[in-house]
Amino acid sequence: MAISQDAHTVKQFDVLLANLRNLVLEMGGLVEEQIKHAIQALDDEDLIAAREVISRDQIINGLQVKADEDCVSIIALRQPLGSDLRLIMSLSKIVTDLERIGDEAEKIARMTVKTYDGVSSPPSAKLLRDVVPMARLAQDMLHGCLDALARLDVEKAVEVAQGDDELDQEFQSALRRLITYMMEDPRTIGQAINVIFIVKALERIGDHSKNIAEYIIYLVKGKDVRHVSMDVLVQDALEE
Amino acid sequence: MSTTAIETKVALDQALNLDTAPRKQSSVEVTDYNNRQTVGNITVDNPKMVCRGVNVYYGEKHAIKNVGLDIGANEVIAFIGPSGCGKSTFLRCLNRMNDTIPICRVTGQIRLDSDDIYDKSIDVVQLRARVGMVFQKPNPFPKSIYENVAYGPRIHGMVNDKAELDDLVRASLERAGLIKEVDKRMGEPGTSLSGGQQQRLCIARAIAVNPEVILMDEPCSALDPIATAKIEELIDELRENYTIIIVTHSMQQAARVSQRTAYFHLGDLIEVGDTDQIFTNPKHKLTEDYITGRFG
Repeated sequence: MAISQDAHTVKQFDVLLANLRNLVLEMGGLVEEQIKHAIQALDDEDLIAAREVISRDQIINGLQVKADEDCVSIIALRQPLGSDLRLIMSLSKIVTDLERIGDEAEKIARMTVKTYDGVSSPPSAKLLRDVVPMARLAQDMLHGCLDALARLDVEKAVEVAQGDDELDQEFQSALRRLITYMMEDPRTIGQAINVIFIVKALERIGDHSKNIAEYIIYLVKGKDVRHVSMDVLVQDALEE
Repeated sequence: MSTTAIETKVALDQALNLDTAPRKQSSVEVTDYNNRQTVGNITVDNPKMVCRGVNVYYGEKHAIKNVGLDIGANEVIAFIGPSGCGKSTFLRCLNRMNDTIPICRVTGQIRLDSDDIYDKSIDVVQLRARVGMVFQKPNPFPKSIYENVAYGPRIHGMVNDKAELDDLVRASLERAGLIKEVDKRMGEPGTSLSGGQQQRLCIARAIAVNPEVILMDEPCSALDPIATAKIEELIDELRENYTIIIVTHSMQQAARVSQRTAYFHLGDLIEVGDTDQIFTNPKHKLTEDYITGRFG
């Protein structure tokens, strides 16, 4: 049974659920911005912008706490069932992943500050060549799952989940390339490790986005598609 | 008979449903066991009661429409649905309580183990001893606590002497979780107990005649949360020995006490399934709308 779009008899319940969903989407929007700014700051070698990203993470943490409080209060006061219950449980889990994505953005910003601290020599362009394409993939995944959440769009969620493979492969090839550079020129090891942390953060953003996509499938379809093969996920998500 | 004696007899008859009004039912062999409307599996591996093609009419009104459902042995099954959906009507079919309503007509087949309960050979009084009932409002007889429980076994000739009866009364009160509270006051009127205690007394009375199935029609709707919790705990314990069918308006209660849940809507059995599935992932839109509070 898909999610009922009809209004509740108790209108206040609709208001509470809508507010919670909007709060999570707002948090998602902020997290998207954080990634964008973190990557931009890295690209521009802009330490001020990077430090802003670091300090803004507190706002996202605050939204996570607020969203969880709202979930608990709705469970206590309204005893949600059926799709309402699935919505609350999913949103509560989604905010955890969003907060972690926020942490990854902060990590990228910290690496930017470290990389361009003026003490060590900045990394060469070839060390950073994988960052922007991987960031684009990660951002697409996050954007896709927020989109799927806003429209309760299972097909979109499936698309996001499928996208994680490509990001993982990009990460593996980035890693291989970075290892090669380090072997060729050990003087790059320090900087290459910083870059590894950055691409690892991007890879993690993909994982968290996939988690969110799985929660959306559970929310809409009532099927738990965590830890199953991609074939099973697609089948469960798309069957009527 | 004095006025009190008459009142007592009427109350006793009502409570035990010894009303011997003429039967209005017919027993129709149903061959089409496919109830297409119901979502979910209506059958169970180990059924205690099997209902097929059950229709109930109140005069012209078609109150239950071709309902098919198995009640599993030693399971608690909850019937939920909005007022007037037929859940109580269907419950009352299961021990032929509807016989007492002159305009009511029941068709289809309801079997208890292998017996068709609407068969001519079935003694309704015996049937109701096998399929006991607990009502919404506690309705102890205007007699002592002891007599409330002793009445059933006595009229059914289940005991040989006073000592045996004493044991049975105490065992029933024990099972109903009431013995500690009433041990020293067996002679006091049943009506002197609190609402929750009265309801447990009624459950003790129902289990005193050693039924196989217990029907409960909103047994906690007149009780406070503490008394409700005690009844729910009791239901859970009774499940070991009895099959329990509970009609409730509280979805939380259905979720707490039952293993399977059936959702009725306007006389149709819309969906039946494991309780956790019904409350987390119902398949039918009507079920979803009802449990999430979306009925307009």
